Amino acid sequence: MVNRRQTMLALAAFAAAPLSCSRRSHGANTVRFWAVGREGEYAVELLQDFLRERPDIEVDVQKLPWTAAHEKLLTAYAGDTLPDLCSLGNTWIPEFHALNALAPLDAFASQSRDITLDDYFPGILDSNRVAGALYGVPWYVDTRLLYYRRDILQKAGFNAPPTTWAEWEQMLGAIKAMVGHDRYSVLLPLNEFEPLLVLSLQQPSDLLRDNGRYGNFRSADFHRTLEFYASMFRRDWAPKMTNTQISNVWDEFGRGMFSFYISGPWNIAEFKKRMPPELRDAWMTAPMPGPDGPGASSAGGASLVIFAGSQSKPATWAVMEYLSRSPVQQRFYELSGNMPPRRSTWQSSTLASSPYAKAFLTQLDRVRSPPKVPEWERIAQEMRLTAERVVQGVATVDAACTALDRKTDEILEKRRWMMDQDRHT
Amino acid sequence: MRTQRAAWWFVAPALIVLGVFFFLPVLAALVMSLTDFDLYALDNFDNLRWIGFENYARLLREPLFWKALGNTLYFVALGVPTSIGVSLGAALLVNSKVARFRGLFRTVYFAPVVTTLVAVAVVWRYIFHTRYGFLNYGLAQLGVDPIDWMGNPHWAMPAIVILAVWKNFGYNMIILLAALQNIPDDLYEAARIDGASGWQQFRHVTLPGIAPVLLLVSILTMTGYFQLFAEPYVMTEGGPLQATYSVLYFMFEEGFKWWSLGRASAVAFLLFILMFLVTVVQLRLGRERSDA
Repeated sequence: MVNRRQTMLALAAFAAAPLSCSRRSHGANTVRFWAVGREGEYAVELLQDFLRERPDIEVDVQKLPWTAAHEKLLTAYAGDTLPDLCSLGNTWIPEFHALNALAPLDAFASQSRDITLDDYFPGILDSNRVAGALYGVPWYVDTRLLYYRRDILQKAGFNAPPTTWAEWEQMLGAIKAMVGHDRYSVLLPLNEFEPLLVLSLQQPSDLLRDNGRYGNFRSADFHRTLEFYASMFRRDWAPKMTNTQISNVWDEFGRGMFSFYISGPWNIAEFKKRMPPELRDAWMTAPMPGPDGPGASSAGGASLVIFAGSQSKPATWAVMEYLSRSPVQQRFYELSGNMPPRRSTWQSSTLASSPYAKAFLTQLDRVRSPPKVPEWERIAQEMRLTAERVVQGVATVDAACTALDRKTDEILEKRRWMMDQDRHT
Repeated sequence: MRTQRAAWWFVAPALIVLGVFFFLPVLAALVMSLTDFDLYALDNFDNLRWIGFENYARLLREPLFWKALGNTLYFVALGVPTSIGVSLGAALLVNSKVARFRGLFRTVYFAPVVTTLVAVAVVWRYIFHTRYGFLNYGLAQLGVDPIDWMGNPHWAMPAIVILAVWKNFGYNMIILLAALQNIPDDLYEAARIDGASGWQQFRHVTLPGIAPVLLLVSILTMTGYFQLFAEPYVMTEGGPLQATYSVLYFMFEEGFKWWSLGRASAVAFLLFILMFLVTVVQLRLGRERSDA
């Protein structure tokens, strides 16, 4: 009879097991960390020392690919299974903030010894604020600037990269005249919205107006940007091509198919690796030229965030602090090539001596966030499609700006309604 | 009366499962398609608005939706006949009396159906490669200039059709093979005695014999091909110039990329209506032919 009672108890315990395994029971010292991209592997390595330092804390790292991260995070939000810590693309912060999914970090940051906000590049840090409150701590930065062929530029008679659009236009024209009809001066892949975004962020007016209620693409500034962008294709300075058609950007850059390319920091390592040895010194990086003098670029990158539902916020913050320390960030840079968001890390690391990184350091002081509305990603896609239509000659710049503005207003309709109702956005 | 009740009890499990996992979600999706369910609503149901048929009206005004619809119809128009033709050809070959190793070929032809698309896509991306691809190599032997299969908007969809046909023809082949084996041999014998040629036998004995199955296969294939998604998703991401962007791809992006589940549901219902209409037309054509 005893046996039977024991069996019953065991069965009851078994039946109740799923209930007790819900996320509420995770200890306050267990940090579930979703690390997006290849950085997840490095995070595991970096955290080894942390675990020795704080044996009371347990970190459970899950790696997700960038391509699936957004969907997985939203699904996890819907299913209430978000982790404690995550590395989030900083353009996603407004979106997750709109969902009330992020924990504000100002209180933690003001008392922290490891994280001194003044040390961060202001443009990058700003991309982590929504309505003044801090929701993320930058982990690594990503901005776009010019990669160019020094030798071709020299042959065309220029000794320094451009600082203004006018100078740039001169160089583009001269290079095109020199290389002939089957080569080009610049590559602006039609399947990327970033080049156009960077150019439009250089203008003083915002891309959205009235606190992100309406599009501002009918403004003279955006008009001028799109005209400049389209003119590079019209004058045959840029090929009407996508990245997939080029198939190997690095080879073609080496062959001189184009001399300027707007891209991000990860390409330093790629170009170093893939350019033929005789061209090792033929390329360089330069900050973006602007409409009238050195221009801004986009404030991209990934940030560490704590989700609002986390039951272990202090322990999670401890992990964030550790990952934000200068020496740890330096190791992170050496492992991954990702650029650190803190000035002190730049000074101390091997970065300071890299000639290719120098332009990034200059550019990082001149970065600007894209509009902080949850709908931004979608608007950026529309921007790209609009630009493609202009480039392919399907629409004029005027018509395209008007159409893009109308489309944006449509996308932002729900946001306006939310704001009118005085709901949280 | 009692037998009737008993009958209900017997079908109850199936009905409950269908109700909970099919009818209920479909009903929920229909309701959702009349709302503007999005990110904000996910946060708080108070942010959900009842907007009637606005989703549908907006979709019909959306050029990208029409482009996706056009691409899907193009894919169906090109893919379904090709797929059935290849299946029938393969079934005839495998069924042929003179063929050897029939079991082996049956397995080989069926193998693509059970392989994983993502793994297959890796291989096909090499086959379609402009410079090193096997397909362009073969074409070059015939004196054809290399084709940029994945980069040229005109060729991307035919490339997807080739992949889809290769992936799916084995399944229809098995069904058609069963139908072919059901045609009594004495019919062929009688036809031969009457002096019918091979083509005449095929036209007047084989085709009528498998007509009902052919109709079934064409409806199954059509509904399957209308739901084009995985092939462009893994091969082209809808590009180039959205030439391989399908209705289902549109729905996927609306739903899971932008999280506009209301609009995504509306897309699903529009696609359902379209497929329903095409199936009705197909059935009517099939019936007319069998009446004649």
